[in-house]
Amino acid sequence: MGTHQTRVGGDPSDIPAAAVSARNISKTYGDVEALKNLTLEFPRGQLTSLLGPSGCGKTTLLKIIAGLLEPSSGEVEVNGIPVTGPGPDRAFVFQDFALLPWASVLRNVAFGLELRGIGRSEREGIAERYIRNVGLAGFEKSFPHELSGGMRQRVGLARALAVDSQVLLMDEPFSAVDEQTRRKFQEDLLGLVAEENKTFLFVTHSIEEAVYVSDQIAILLPRPSRVSEIIRPRGLRDKDVADIRRDPEYLDIVDQIWASLRFYVE
Amino acid sequence: MKVLGLRLPGMSSLILWGLLWEAVGQSGMSFFLPPLSSVIGTLIEIFGTPAFQKALSETARAFLAGVFFAIAIGIPVGILMGKNRLVDELLLPWVNIFLSAPLTALVPVLMVLFGFGMKSIIITTSLFGIWIIILNARAGVMQINRSLIDMALSFGASPWAAFSKIYFWAALPEILGGVRIGVIRAVKGVIIGQLLISIVGFGALFELYSANFLMSHFWAVLIVLFALAFSISELLAYLERRVSYYAAKR
Repeated sequence: MGTHQTRVGGDPSDIPAAAVSARNISKTYGDVEALKNLTLEFPRGQLTSLLGPSGCGKTTLLKIIAGLLEPSSGEVEVNGIPVTGPGPDRAFVFQDFALLPWASVLRNVAFGLELRGIGRSEREGIAERYIRNVGLAGFEKSFPHELSGGMRQRVGLARALAVDSQVLLMDEPFSAVDEQTRRKFQEDLLGLVAEENKTFLFVTHSIEEAVYVSDQIAILLPRPSRVSEIIRPRGLRDKDVADIRRDPEYLDIVDQIWASLRFYVE
Repeated sequence: MKVLGLRLPGMSSLILWGLLWEAVGQSGMSFFLPPLSSVIGTLIEIFGTPAFQKALSETARAFLAGVFFAIAIGIPVGILMGKNRLVDELLLPWVNIFLSAPLTALVPVLMVLFGFGMKSIIITTSLFGIWIIILNARAGVMQINRSLIDMALSFGASPWAAFSKIYFWAALPEILGGVRIGVIRAVKGVIIGQLLISIVGFGALFELYSANFLMSHFWAVLIVLFALAFSISELLAYLERRVSYYAAKR
């Protein structure tokens, strides 16, 4: 487990320095305000969830941090450097996987490295390691259409891990896979956060998922979109992955979040 | 298809139509339609003659060059139109006009501009094929999944890498569909060019045979042309099927 294991939630001195900061972000599409003056810090080495009802701008915020969208005003810093576009310090995991259907698993996982100009044998060596890490050993030669949804997302995850970025941006990565696969993914994600010294930004619309996987949960509310609340679970990280879902703190936080979100759900 | 419990191979219906042709020809109903058997006999007879070989090679050269330019220019232009709004606004009206225009009417202009030789025939061939290739490549690029584009951007793809490693392949099923139709149109282009611009190749043979009422010669050349166009189209359809496994999931 990481150094944040012993922290006590709510005490700011225990929160690691921010790896990513979003300051006063606004984004408008014509007359529609997707985000209004939003400020949020993402602590290094931790997983922060963006949680909220649909239309609250959580994916928009993630894409602005990725450099795929430009904010109308405000700025994003990654490790103190302002974001002007996509960069090698961030890797993206897509909701619909975004794999190349005409390429094998091996080439898909190595594709981020291929685009960065890494030589073939080197990038395939790295890709093979991450394919094993995500549990897809033996499927290197398979094509995406031969894999299940869950396995496809493992390919997407391995591709993002292979480029070894410090920040991993995950846009509802488990929403297109079935419930049982999703649970396995959530457990694996906890292991990943503990092992890899990376900062995870995780967009989800599932309250349970957010509480289960997060060090910090940012609740976003719509109209106008803003951060309404930041919740930092205290003791869930010490628990065994199998015990978290019956922990009183887990259940309390899930209830608390639902109480604040329910008015915004049509 | 199955008839009386027997499985018929593909294109069996051609046999039926061939028999009908033979019957009508044998009955002597029309001077213009000799029996299929005598057409095929003529075909075998003229196939080895220098005149036919010359026509075949002239037509093949003009056709291949015309198709080459239609593809080599059409695909990049189409992809560019699909990716770039400004280029699209500039070119789309012209592409649509030329796609539906009676291009035959333009051939005399080409003759004035480019002379009475091979050059004009090649350009005519290209003009017949290129527009549908452009439109299909454009449509193929425009339907590329947004997250595939985001993926390319987020991993820092250069414009050339995005084009050659992603956009081209993602649009390939539509591109091949466009090339197939474009090639079929180019067959028209090369014959019309040969007939109107300078009487060479198969155009010359058509002119010669029809002017002298050598009907079985005329039909023999026509069958060769139809068979060529059909084979090329089938070959491209085969390539299209090779990539269709991912056409639905991009």
